[in-house]
Amino acid sequence: MVGKNVNYSFETMHLEASQNTTPPRVKMEAKGVDVYYGDKQALEKVDLPVPLNRVTALIGPSGCGKSTFLKCLNRMNDTVVGCRVTGSITLDEEDIHSPTVDVVQLRARVGMVFQKPNPFPKSIYDNIAYGPRIHGMTRDRTELDQIVEESLARAGLWNEVKDRLQEPGTSLSGGQQQRLCIARAIAVNPEVVLMDEPCSALDPIATARIEELIDELCNKYTIIIVTHSMQQAARVSHYTGFFHMGELVEYDHTEAIFTNPQQERTKGYVTGRFG
Amino acid sequence: MNHKNETPEQRKYLAKRHAASRRFRWYGLMGLGIALTTLFLLLGTMLLKGYSSFFQTQIQLSVSFDQTLVDPVGDKSVESLARGDYRAILGNAIKRAFPEIKSRDDRRQLSKIFSDGASFQLQNLLISHPEWVSTSQNVWLIASDNVDMWVKEVVDHDLPESQRRISDLQAKWLAFLEVNHQLQLRFNAMFFTSGDSRNPEMAGILGAIKGSALTLLITFLVSFPLGVASAVYLEEFAAKGRWADFIEVNINNLAAVPSIVFGLLGLALYLNLMHLPRSAPLVGGLTLAMMTLPTLVIATRASLKSVPDPIRDGARALGASPLQVVLHHVLPLAAPGMLTGTIISMARALGETAPLLMIGMVAFIMDIPGGVMDPSTVLPVQIFLWADSPERAFLEKTSGATLILLAFLITMNALAVYIRNRVERRW
Amino acid sequence: MGFSLIGTVLAIMAVLGFLIGNQRARGLARAGRLHSLPRYHGVFVALWTALPGLLMIILFAVFSTGMINSMVMENGQGGAGDPHMLAVELNKIQLIAEGRMPFQEGMGVSWDSVERMKNLHRNADILALFCVIAVGVVGFLYALRRIRTDFRARQEVERIVRVLLVVASSVSIFITLGIVLSLIFEALRFFAVVPVSDFIFGLQWSPQTAIRADQVGGSGSFGAIPLFAGTLMITGISILVAAPVGLFCAIYLSEFASPNVRGWVKPALEILAGIPTVVYGLFAALIVAPAISDFGGQIGLDIASESALAAGLVMGIMIIPFVSSLSDDVINAVPQAIRDGSLAMGATEAETIRQVVLPAALPGIVGALLLAISRAVGETMIVVMAAGLAANLTANPLQAMTTVTVQIVTLLVGDQEFDSPKTLAAFALGLTLFFVTLILNIVALGVVKRYHEKQ
Repeated sequence: MVGKNVNYSFETMHLEASQNTTPPRVKMEAKGVDVYYGDKQALEKVDLPVPLNRVTALIGPSGCGKSTFLKCLNRMNDTVVGCRVTGSITLDEEDIHSPTVDVVQLRARVGMVFQKPNPFPKSIYDNIAYGPRIHGMTRDRTELDQIVEESLARAGLWNEVKDRLQEPGTSLSGGQQQRLCIARAIAVNPEVVLMDEPCSALDPIATARIEELIDELCNKYTIIIVTHSMQQAARVSHYTGFFHMGELVEYDHTEAIFTNPQQERTKGYVTGRFG
Repeated sequence: MNHKNETPEQRKYLAKRHAASRRFRWYGLMGLGIALTTLFLLLGTMLLKGYSSFFQTQIQLSVSFDQTLVDPVGDKSVESLARGDYRAILGNAIKRAFPEIKSRDDRRQLSKIFSDGASFQLQNLLISHPEWVSTSQNVWLIASDNVDMWVKEVVDHDLPESQRRISDLQAKWLAFLEVNHQLQLRFNAMFFTSGDSRNPEMAGILGAIKGSALTLLITFLVSFPLGVASAVYLEEFAAKGRWADFIEVNINNLAAVPSIVFGLLGLALYLNLMHLPRSAPLVGGLTLAMMTLPTLVIATRASLKSVPDPIRDGARALGASPLQVVLHHVLPLAAPGMLTGTIISMARALGETAPLLMIGMVAFIMDIPGGVMDPSTVLPVQIFLWADSPERAFLEKTSGATLILLAFLITMNALAVYIRNRVERRW
Repeated sequence: MGFSLIGTVLAIMAVLGFLIGNQRARGLARAGRLHSLPRYHGVFVALWTALPGLLMIILFAVFSTGMINSMVMENGQGGAGDPHMLAVELNKIQLIAEGRMPFQEGMGVSWDSVERMKNLHRNADILALFCVIAVGVVGFLYALRRIRTDFRARQEVERIVRVLLVVASSVSIFITLGIVLSLIFEALRFFAVVPVSDFIFGLQWSPQTAIRADQVGGSGSFGAIPLFAGTLMITGISILVAAPVGLFCAIYLSEFASPNVRGWVKPALEILAGIPTVVYGLFAALIVAPAISDFGGQIGLDIASESALAAGLVMGIMIIPFVSSLSDDVINAVPQAIRDGSLAMGATEAETIRQVVLPAALPGIVGALLLAISRAVGETMIVVMAAGLAANLTANPLQAMTTVTVQIVTLLVGDQEFDSPKTLAAFALGLTLFFVTLILNIVALGVVKRYHEKQ
């Protein structure tokens, strides 16, 4: 994997360095990203480096643009009529808007999990096999079976569903469905996984299960999670960006954001004065 | 998979997937293309074949209204003028216009370029202009349908004489008249002001239009109140349960029953059981009302359903009774939607043919109906009748009547779309 | 005739009832507090005055003519025994009495019967007027007596209105019942002459041989298989056209088209859907059938001028907007989240539609297609104008075939012979048509409903 060292201006970066871990490299990076819906500007001048194999959380009040930003990273905004994105977003230093980048392939590399679990109206097996099939990743059924098992296992769902792979994905509980969606996303072996408030439709137990999963997955994948729960951001993420009114107000190591925010607005939000 | 250094196979596979996607999109576009092409083809054909029916060939003659022939009583009264011998008047006028034609056979050929209705035309003219008695007037008279087809070049002029209905001699006369500006294509007022006729050049659609209007009136008067009442009951009053479900299933099924079955019911119920007159707009309207009712109920229910519950709750909280809630709040708010649904159902009823064939609205009727008990036909059935006629000239009338019918229908549908887009409220 | 007069009388009585009721209530209001507004008392009285009379009018409309006819025939010269001739006679008398046919000697009906019928009608009108006024007055008096200060007029009015609403909503059930009963009744009379098995399994359809009522049964053949085959063939062709084209239209409109394109194309499709079937029939007979026939001539195929192919093609065109709008609804009901899920996996649009959206929408699409089939089976004008009358039992779509609906029209249009199997056969065909479409509709609507509930 190609990447470069994150050149943080924050002193909190030294925290990680002092813990003797190699400084994380930048996997994706947004520079001066503006997003417009028609005439309305939804995001303004967002600069945000996403470190490799870390969990980055995006927080902020509703309508602050965090989900919009997330959708820019795998160009899901392309499907929204009237949406325009300017500025540069790179994946491994390659601009994802450059004509040589195929959006289909980009999305295979940058997977996504949605707010509400959205399993396809197919069997559990076919839900997972869908991605590998369309991307032609396997040569035969055994390989496909293997991918399905691996993905479900990695999403911590294998033991629960291994005897009912042919049942429809919609027959699972909400938490299981969301893990199915995560398994589906990692079945195509993406490099980055985007999660858009993945727990907002789930109960606390299912939420805890997903959070564990995120923790396990970040060894292998770069994860960006949008959440409106500050506790969740604090629990699962290494880095946190705070969005407000379409701006990235502050981006730093998670601990720094919650214990020592530099900006007034961040302070106000994390201490619960607004938002 | 290694995305950065993708293999040629991977690149090829990706290209294949994109090609498949483009192909799929093309199929969709093609489907749309086929649908729209047929629409244009259909409308275009009707326009091309039909617009000429709004014009007809007329020939100018100098007619002298000889008092002894046209006014036997001599008082220029309508009764007297109605008894005149206009055939003779026409014959004399033709003779004067072509003095060189002497042989009996040629004379007959010559008179055949005029419509059988030309003498009626003279009679009507004189009754509205009694002062013309004993004078000579230049009058435009209707040509026969064969001449009309010849002038409009619907029939091939190069066919051998034996295969066409206009002889060489007649063609020569027509050419002569045309050169003298005595033969013209003029606006066909008769098409809009008269009823059906065996002679294509005299056939009009007024009778059918009036029949359609009367039929539609009955349909509306019966189906609208019943439809609104049942929709209001089902949507606002009926307790959700077996009975309401049963009525709902029943109405949905009824809406999909073939229209001809309603014709059979109309025949059995109104004609055989109640002995109402055949071919009457009353029976046609009642039959179509049964057919329209389910569609109307479904449309009305949809518009009632779209009125949000908080409005009902608000009215109820003020102490309004259930009926007052509906009358004062729900119905006014649902009115535009109901109107749209009604217009669309009425348009459907206007275009309906099959059930009316069952109850005898398919008879040849020359008179223009005056009331709902008079025998009459309707526009679509008139089209069907003319389409069946062997005369070539009726083909043009068929397309012309189709244009009129389509104009009515498209206007109604456009009105419905307008109301839906502009007046209807979205919640 | 009399109905407009009786209607006017009834309306005047209702208005008077309202005014008097209103007035009475106002008078009482001076004495003590009314429970309901005076106008509700007025409406209460008006309803009680008008509704019984209205019921009376409906009863008279339904039964009077039939009773008069039977009375005329009892006393007239009828009774020759032949029910067929009797009906013809009656029809003539009726036409003459209504002044729609001039009376001539030697028509087989006597002037006496005509006079008798006229008299009976006049008497019936007077009787009806009398009855309406009588029940109206009774209702009026009853309602007026109930007006008191504590009378809950509003509740009573609402109760009556509710009853009226219930009656209105049950009309649709009576229509269904009417269809079923009249079709079964007439069809049973047909099956009394022609065995059911001959009708359903017979291979020969030639009803025209049964010209007179007394020579049927043996000579006329009413085997409906050729009609079923023709209906099946033409429906099949039309679905082969409409299903792919309509479906692809819907897919393009809901998944690919920009809002602008949709804004133009959807109304265009609505116009296509709003074109009357007789115009499609004209189109088929005028343009499509000759074109196909000519084309066949050029490539050396013998195609009938009224081929099943032409009728089927045009019927397919007619059904395109039907399929497309129903499928459009169904496809739009597939949640956007599922599409996004697939696109976010890196699926192309076509892969998303084919492998995710369409399978999800499949039940709904099947339902839509079943409704389309039901529509095609029951469609009449196109086949009447373009499919011809010859009851050929063939598998060749280039030949002329006939359908159930065409035969219903042929049997019933023109001079009808009352009670002849030829006429009754139309009802047997109608019954078959009704039940086949009913089953298709029930299945289709059930499938669609369950589909929408699931989404």
